[in-house]
Amino acid sequence: MNGSRAAGLTLAWRFAAFRSEGFPLLPTLILLTLALVAIFANVITPYNPEIGSLGDRFHPPVWQAGGSAEHLLGTDHLGRDVLSRLIFGARVSMVVGFTAVIVAGLLGTGLGIVSGYLGGWVDQLIMRITDTWLALPALTFAIFLAAIVGPSEMNIVIILAAVYWTRYARVIRGEVLSLKERDFVRLAIVAGCSKRTIMRRHILPNVLNSAIVLATLMLGVVIVTEASLSFLGVGVPPPKPAWGLMLADGKKGLMAGYWWLTVLPGCCIVLMVLAANLLGDWLRVKLDPQLRQL
Amino acid sequence: MRRFILRRLGFAVVSLFLLSVTIFFFVRVTGDPAVLLVEPGASQADLDAIRQQFGLDQPLPVQYGSFIAHLARGDFGQSFYYRTDVLELYLSRLPASLLLATVAMVFSLVIGLPTGIVAAVRVNGWWDSAGKIFALLGLSMPSFWVGLLMILFFSVYLGWLPSSGSGTLLHVLMPAFALGWYFAAAHMRLTRSSMLEVLGSEYVKLARLKGLPEALVIGKHAFKNALIPVLTLAGINLVLMVNVAVVVETVFAWPGVGRLLYEGIAFRDFPVVQATVLLGGAMIVTVNLIVDVLYAVIDPRIRYER
Repeated sequence: MNGSRAAGLTLAWRFAAFRSEGFPLLPTLILLTLALVAIFANVITPYNPEIGSLGDRFHPPVWQAGGSAEHLLGTDHLGRDVLSRLIFGARVSMVVGFTAVIVAGLLGTGLGIVSGYLGGWVDQLIMRITDTWLALPALTFAIFLAAIVGPSEMNIVIILAAVYWTRYARVIRGEVLSLKERDFVRLAIVAGCSKRTIMRRHILPNVLNSAIVLATLMLGVVIVTEASLSFLGVGVPPPKPAWGLMLADGKKGLMAGYWWLTVLPGCCIVLMVLAANLLGDWLRVKLDPQLRQL
Repeated sequence: MRRFILRRLGFAVVSLFLLSVTIFFFVRVTGDPAVLLVEPGASQADLDAIRQQFGLDQPLPVQYGSFIAHLARGDFGQSFYYRTDVLELYLSRLPASLLLATVAMVFSLVIGLPTGIVAAVRVNGWWDSAGKIFALLGLSMPSFWVGLLMILFFSVYLGWLPSSGSGTLLHVLMPAFALGWYFAAAHMRLTRSSMLEVLGSEYVKLARLKGLPEALVIGKHAFKNALIPVLTLAGINLVLMVNVAVVVETVFAWPGVGRLLYEGIAFRDFPVVQATVLLGGAMIVTVNLIVDVLYAVIDPRIRYER
């Protein structure tokens, strides 16, 4: 109950509880595997993901008639190895997803705390901006920003953070509103703490749980948005191997029945998003009873 | 009550005003449309003429002033690219979007409501687990990928449905399912939690005590009351569906407002982008306002909250 020091103690206690109650092992393993694959992408890929040979176009996967062991999961319309592209695609999704979630989280949590704690015109201003942001569907907004800044991985992160910080700000502000009426904050005021100190030392540690839960749940959303942007051609620029971009390329071979170019990248996206959502759901119940009904 | 409505109305207007400012200035950062409108190798004089024709040579605040002044008269301006009235252009695309959204809504309710009810009635049972998996898949599978898979299966392998375009009823089925897929999961989740809440209430217990058959208790007493929040969400979602269909429309070459916005951004067609974003924003803000006010009418506690 007494602020930042209690948060440290309960963290240790919570870690002990982690192991007991239905820890989602499979989703964690999936995410860890994807992370390892992403980190060691250049070691384990058999081919350069961005260069193909036009003589090897549209090879099917190895188990299908016409496939060869040289390209386990076949090749695309430029003769590039699909497996290698999928592996490097994990790197793109991981880097973009995690960075965007963290940047949006820092921005949204910070503004949420300031908005909730200071109140007054600061609160009004930040909340009206949040309302305006939320009046635009996220994807429309993202496409729009993408047209302004142009395609690059760095810009995608900025765009996603710019679109999704409002989700954090809303929830965190609500929590701060009730936190600031609590005794430990009032005592801190009486003790003469500055507003800055209170927000940093007393409020921040208490909203951290919610921020982490939100971040995990946002990871899936962010990855789907990135894939959608890349699919539309305003996301990660070609020839970079992003999963959404692979789906856009795969559409060219769709009517000819080259199914692996459409099915495989999508499976990768679903696997990663599913794992993030399962982990997020579990964390939500575990860390933050208030968010359970979200 | 009146104060509450006025306050909310004020917020809505402020939101839309901020949106108009944001969109107006953002769209002008995307680049110079004149470059895309002239033949390659056009002279500087041609470029200047085009800029003058569309008023792009004026200072930004002047441009914004004239934009708002025209807007107040219901005039969204002329499209740079199509050279027609933007509002007409928007309205010509809207029916396709509404058709898509309506069919998608039907799909999402037909799938979401029964699965949600069964999950709530058999809570923690086998059906509930299956429902949870379905809900997770709905949130995790990108709608455009669902669309691509459907094309692969129904158009390429089976040859039953046309893979793109519009015109017949068959054309709308796949894009609508792909769009409704995500919302089906959302509707299922809400139906389940809403049903669970109602099933625990006193009047349901009373209905059971009276000896009503279980089917009647669930179908008549519980379901009807559990439907209220679900229909509210469905109303909001219908408006959202019109405005988030860009990617699905792209996959199926469906001529809705999403494509219009996307083309507008690509061609730097400022009036088209401004109009689509503002009208979409206005729809969402209005629907949220209506829901807020309706809830305040039903539940007086909300009125005194702030």
